[in-house]
Amino acid sequence: MTDDRIVPVTMPKWGLSMQLGKITGWIVTEGDEVSVGDELADIETDKIAGTLEAADAGTVRRIIARVGEDVPVSGTIALIAPAGVSDADLETAAEQARAVIDAGVPDEAEGEPAVETAEVGGRQVRYVGAGRDGDVVLLVHGYGGDRNSWLFLQAPMAGKHRVYTLDLPGHGTSSKDVGDGSVGLLADAVIGVLDAIGADRAHLAGHSLGGVVALTAAARDPARIRSLTLIAPAGFGPEINAGYLRGFADAATRRELKPVVGQLFADESLVTRQVVDDLLAYKRIDGVDEALHTLLGTLLSPDGQTQGIDAAAVAAAIGGAVPVTVVWGTEDRIIPSAQAEAVAGAAVHLIDGAGHMPHMERPAEVQAAIEEAIAGAV
Amino acid sequence: MARNITYREALNEALAQEMERDESVIVMGEDNAGGEGAPGDQDAWGGVLGVTKGLYHKFPGRVLDTPISESAFIGAAIGAATAGMRPVAELMFVDFMGVCFDQIYNQAAKFRYMFGGKAVTPVVIRTMYGAGLRAAAQHSQCLYPLFTHIPGLKVVLPATPYDAKGMLIQAIRDNDPVMFFEHKALYDTSGPVPEESYTVPFGEADVVREGGDVTIVTLGRMVHTSLDAAAQLAAGGVQCEVVDLRTTSPLDEDTVLESVEGTGRLVVVDEAHPRCSIATDISALVAQKAFGALQAPIEMVTAPHTPVPFSSALEDRYIPDAQRIVNAVKTVTGWTR
Repeated sequence: MTDDRIVPVTMPKWGLSMQLGKITGWIVTEGDEVSVGDELADIETDKIAGTLEAADAGTVRRIIARVGEDVPVSGTIALIAPAGVSDADLETAAEQARAVIDAGVPDEAEGEPAVETAEVGGRQVRYVGAGRDGDVVLLVHGYGGDRNSWLFLQAPMAGKHRVYTLDLPGHGTSSKDVGDGSVGLLADAVIGVLDAIGADRAHLAGHSLGGVVALTAAARDPARIRSLTLIAPAGFGPEINAGYLRGFADAATRRELKPVVGQLFADESLVTRQVVDDLLAYKRIDGVDEALHTLLGTLLSPDGQTQGIDAAAVAAAIGGAVPVTVVWGTEDRIIPSAQAEAVAGAAVHLIDGAGHMPHMERPAEVQAAIEEAIAGAV
Repeated sequence: MARNITYREALNEALAQEMERDESVIVMGEDNAGGEGAPGDQDAWGGVLGVTKGLYHKFPGRVLDTPISESAFIGAAIGAATAGMRPVAELMFVDFMGVCFDQIYNQAAKFRYMFGGKAVTPVVIRTMYGAGLRAAAQHSQCLYPLFTHIPGLKVVLPATPYDAKGMLIQAIRDNDPVMFFEHKALYDTSGPVPEESYTVPFGEADVVREGGDVTIVTLGRMVHTSLDAAAQLAAGGVQCEVVDLRTTSPLDEDTVLESVEGTGRLVVVDEAHPRCSIATDISALVAQKAFGALQAPIEMVTAPHTPVPFSSALEDRYIPDAQRIVNAVKTVTGWTR
C-alpha cells in the first residue's frame, strides 16, 4: 500500500499525438517546496519544447525520470509528498514509477483521435475531440493559428470534459476559402461544429480573433453556451499591433516570419524552428495567403491602424446571459491587456509576464481559469 | 491534411493537382503512359519510375509517350513552353543529358535573356540521378553541378516527400526552366505530405537539424546520410547543424553563412564528383564570406573522381556513407593550429 498523500508528477500530454516526452532539465531538486504554477522541468517532444508547471503544491520528495530519458505520457516523473510520508512508502512508489518508465509506451496506448469534418456553408471544418465524459468544451484558436495551438490544454482537460478543438475556415486543415472574412462566417463554423458534435449546451473558450468568434457564436443562442472564456480577445478597444498582423500575413520566408511570430510571446525563445516551420508550411498551402489577407481586412479598420471589430457591442447584446471570463497576459504585445477592463461584467485573470499566447506560455494558469469558468457555470 | 505517402506518390500528386488546376500543364517522356505498341495496356507503367501512373486516363491527351529521342522530346517540351504550355518532361536518367543538352543550356536557358525578358520558358525537366542501384557508370551519375553552372536554369533537388510535392508544384508554376532532380533511392521513402496543393519556394535552404558545433551542408539523398551521421555524433556529444540546400540555383547563401558563423566549422557532403561541384562551390563561398568565422579547414565528403563502379562492393565504397561524414566531423572538431 502506498500512502495516498503521495502526489505523482506525471509526463504531460502535449498534443494528441504525443506518446513520449524527454526531460531536458530539472528545474527543481529533491527537497524543494513548490506551489501550483511553479516550473518543475523542461520537457521536449518530437514536436515542441516546453516547461512543466506544478499542478499541485508540496515538497518534491523524489525525482524519478532522469534527464535525457524517454518517458511515456502519464508516467510518473517525480513524487510530491508532505514530510510525514515515510521513505519506505516513497521508495515503493518510486519503484512502481520506475517500472512504468522502463516499460516504455504501452501497446494498448490510445492512438491519436480521428479528425472529423463538419460541412458548414459548403466549407469543410475539421475538428478533433478528446475525453469521454463531462461537459462539451470547444476551444477556438486565433488568427493564423489552428487546433494545435491548444496542445497544452486539450489533452490535460480531457480527463474531466469532452474537449474539442477546431480549425476555423482559412486555417489548419479546414477549407481555405473564408468568403467575406467576417466574424459571423467564422462563428457559423463554431456553431456548425457544435451541431455536428450534437452538443445542446457547451462551454466556449476562444483566443484573440477566436475570442470574438466565440463571443459572436454565443450571441446567436446564449442559452446554448454555459460559459465563455476569452483569452486576449480581439475587439475590445481600438489599439492593436497592426504591424504584427500585416507582417504575419505578408511573411513568405523563415527569415521574415520568425521575428514577427516572436512578438506573440513574452519570451521569444519559445519560437522554435519547428514552430516557424509549421507556420510556413501552413502559409504555403494554396488559398491561405488570400484567406489571411481577407481576414486582415476584418481585423483592421479601413485606416489599417486600429481594430476593425467591435466585440463590446456583441458582449452588450448578450448582456449577462452567459458568464464571461477574461484571461490576458500582462506582457501582451499584440493587444494590450488594459482592454480586459472593457469586457463588462467579466471575471478577469491577468497572467503576470505572459504575452499574447498565455495558453502556450502559461497553460496551467489558463486551464485553471477555464476550469473555474466551467465550475461556476449553471 | 497531412498523411504519410512516398516520395513517388508525392510527385504524382503534385502532377495531378497541377494538371487539374491548369490545363496548360502536360506531361511527356519515354513510357510515361505505357509505351508505344502496348495497346490496351496504356498507363501500365507510368514511366519507368512509376511517377506518372494514373495520369493518362485522368487527363486524356495530356500525357504523351515519346520516342526514345531525348533531343526531340526535350526540344519539343521547351518549344511548347515558349508557346504557352507548361510541359513537364521526364528525362529518364540525367546521364542522357548529353543528347539534349543544347536544347537545355543553349536554348531554354537563354530565351528570357536574349529576348529582352519578353519570352518565358516555363518547362520542367524531371530527371533521375544518383548511385546505389547497381546501374553502372552510364546510369548512376549526379551531374547537377553541370546544370548549376548555367545561368538561366533553376536546379532543385528535393530530399523529402514534402519537398518533392511542394517543389514540383513550384517548378510547374515557375516561369523559368527548372531542372528537377529525383534520387533513385528516395522514391520509396515516405513522410508527411499535406493533401492540399502548396509550394516550397526556391532559394530557401532547410535547416533539418540544429546544432552548435559543426555545420554540415548537404543536398538530395545525402541529407539522410548526413542526418544519420549527426545522430551518431550527438550520442558522442558533438552537435551538428545539418543544412539541406534544396536548390543549388538559386542558392541560399545566407543560411549557409549564418550557420557557419554560429558553428565555426564546415563539412560539405555531396554525392557528386569532387571537382567543380556543389562541395567546392559551398567551400569557396564560406572561405570567401565567412573566413573569419572558421576555426578549422573545411572538409568535403564526396564521391571520388571516377566513374560510378558497377561492382557492388566498389559502388558501396564509392557513395559517401555516414562513417565518412562522422570522420570528417571529427577532423574539423579535432583540428588545432
